[in-house]
Amino acid sequence: MRVALFLTCVNDTLYPDTGRAVVKLLTRLGVEVDFPMAQTCCGQAHYNTGYRHQAEPLARHFSDVFGADAYDAIVTPSGSCGAMVREAYPRMGERARAEGRGGGLARHLAPVVPKTYELTEFLVDVLGVTDVGAYYPHKVTYHPTCHGLRSLGLGERPARLLRAVKGLELVELPGAEECCGFGGTFAVKNSDVSAAMGVDKVRHAESTGADVLCAADNSCLAHIGGTMARLRSGVRPVHIAEILASTEISASTSISASAEISASTDEEESPS
Amino acid sequence: MSGGTFVGMPAFPEAAREAVGDTTLRANLRHATRTIRDKRAKAVAELADWAELREAGKRVKDHTLRHLDHYLVRLEESVVRAGGTVHWAADAEEANRVVASLVKATGETEVVKVKSMATQEIGLNEALAAEGIRAYETDLAELIVQLGDDRPSHILVPAIHRNRGEIRDIFEREMGSWGRPAPEGLTDSPGELAEAARRHLREKFLRAKVGISGANFMVAETGTMVVVESEGNGRMCLTLPETLISVVGVEKVVPAWRDLEIFLQTLPRSSTAERMNPYTSMWTGTTDEDGPSAFHLVLLDNGRTDTLADEVGRQALRCIRCSACLNVCPVYERAGGHAYGSVYPGPIGAILSPQLRGTRSEIDASLPYASSLCGACYEVCPVAIDIPEVLVHLRERVVQGGAVTRHGNRVTLKPAKGHAAERAAMRAAGLAFARPGVLRLGQRLASRTRRLHPRTLPGPGRAWSAARELPKVPAEPFRDWWQRTRGGTTEGNGK
Ligand code: SF4
Repeated sequence: MRVALFLTCVNDTLYPDTGRAVVKLLTRLGVEVDFPMAQTCCGQAHYNTGYRHQAEPLARHFSDVFGADAYDAIVTPSGSCGAMVREAYPRMGERARAEGRGGGLARHLAPVVPKTYELTEFLVDVLGVTDVGAYYPHKVTYHPTCHGLRSLGLGERPARLLRAVKGLELVELPGAEECCGFGGTFAVKNSDVSAAMGVDKVRHAESTGADVLCAADNSCLAHIGGTMARLRSGVRPVHIAEILASTEISASTSISASAEISASTDEEESPS
Repeated sequence: MSGGTFVGMPAFPEAAREAVGDTTLRANLRHATRTIRDKRAKAVAELADWAELREAGKRVKDHTLRHLDHYLVRLEESVVRAGGTVHWAADAEEANRVVASLVKATGETEVVKVKSMATQEIGLNEALAAEGIRAYETDLAELIVQLGDDRPSHILVPAIHRNRGEIRDIFEREMGSWGRPAPEGLTDSPGELAEAARRHLREKFLRAKVGISGANFMVAETGTMVVVESEGNGRMCLTLPETLISVVGVEKVVPAWRDLEIFLQTLPRSSTAERMNPYTSMWTGTTDEDGPSAFHLVLLDNGRTDTLADEVGRQALRCIRCSACLNVCPVYERAGGHAYGSVYPGPIGAILSPQLRGTRSEIDASLPYASSLCGACYEVCPVAIDIPEVLVHLRERVVQGGAVTRHGNRVTLKPAKGHAAERAAMRAAGLAFARPGVLRLGQRLASRTRRLHPRTLPGPGRAWSAARELPKVPAEPFRDWWQRTRGGTTEGNGK
């Protein structure tokens, strides 16, 4: 199986550790991973803010880069970017047609839509694994991000993966399904409401006694983590990929050891 | 009701800022919405065929909207056949004029009203007051809002933002000047408050010769009006007066009696979490020696057919005003209903008001952004209105302009003011993202200068750093690491 990693512009620029974790994890599971260097951004920020026409060239570019037959699947560690491709791309095609521009855009985007998967979805549905052989000795709570939860319908998949992680204690987050308040440009345009929502999310995480709050989307984690840092919270934000990629060796140093993830072959053989 | 006007409302973010800082308001809202939310989930879970009911409700509404002209004409015929009179009102002004002249023709100067959002939407009470006619709200929550010289902040529970203590104070202070005063030594126990309202209202019901109502549904087949409510005050208002005037939005029509089967299940469960509404009142024209002897139906357009012309936005007209979307909305919970500057607050208000009123005013242009697009509203909506989809669609209208229908004419909107910088930034980002090389250059620059990055951002970014720390820029973007190590295969240790 040959997979194209769609890391998203946010992860690429600000959260390279997540990308390294995905590569390590998928390689360990026997998947051949490629990172198409020409990838940029799926256009979500443009689209959601009302700049659909400006998002179109980005969507076309995405399809040019990832649509190649050489890839069996496109995998992304971002629920909202995954939802952008799966939900908004077909919609953009329809809208272009309704505007009298024919079916060109829809045809251009069609190849990438069915083969784009969010990471946890890919692991459970396509690879059929729930135990990825990870070790992570921490108390963890999981925040299901809105697009992962409602647009992609990830459901129990992330929790099943986490429960299978050795050493990990999964604790339930109160009000888990409530939005953290990020919402892209919402965080800036309605910053007071957004911040209030973020604070509530952090307080809920703290109430669980967890060391780590994990999610499958670094954009939400940036907002939650930024709020945690401001509140000097004892809980840390970690992307689920970094947990799933952890093994006894990487975990033995420190949490931020996930930054040191190496894809060396010895480590891939780590016990599970 | 001087506070009844929504004109000149500040944009949503400013209005919301005040509400976020009001801890009593937030506590009232949180408590109320969470209670209803949890009960709704249980009531909905009881029905095994909820998904089918939702789909059926959506289809009936869509079908009716697609053939709205046909069903409205049928409705008119049926109402007239049953002894009623139908008036068509293109906008608020016309509707107010019709109602005022109907009331004047009776020689009365007082009317009782049962909760009607349509009359709130058109500002009927104020228009009647200008003609020397006093309108008494009889729905308990509406009464609280009216006595408090306040505005409704929730579709179903207009006084949701008030707690019991506040209500007691309002009753004690204001009831006397509207009719029967509150009893001496009134406490804030729910029973006593309800009893005080009951006595106050009973006098009004027994005296009133004219009633004004809205309707939840209108059946084209038979000309029947349907009002569902919990208190029974509505029924008094509908049956005791001699003249009944119903002001109803054109989108409330359903083709046949049979269609009610769907909505009489989905509406109560979605709104009050009840299996059935305690009071479901239905009336068809007039009947000799029973109920009002004159019935008038004022069919209100007021932006609805313009909304219907919009392919994406028209789904907002499916709304049956259950308020489930308000109760699950984390933004509504914190900002409160008043911040939306309209009789329709919450997620549905954010998509309905800018369509009914246009996006010209500051508040209307800000409403499509009053959401984090979390999708909880779509999930609960019993007629499956994809509110996030419409929000994004309306954002496009605000920032890009484009063709819309206003007063029946196709017009081209200019983008709303104040988005020029954002548009430029989006364009620049678009150009950069279209060229991987440019993106990479930007990433490298950010990495090189990362030790110099400030803790707070200038410009609009300040809103981020006011409440949150910024993520640290890593030493090396992923793509550089990938290129250097081929995903870790050429250089053993990532760094
Ligand atoms: S939009 Fe849907 S959920 Fe909201 S009030 Fe209308 S019918 Fe109810």
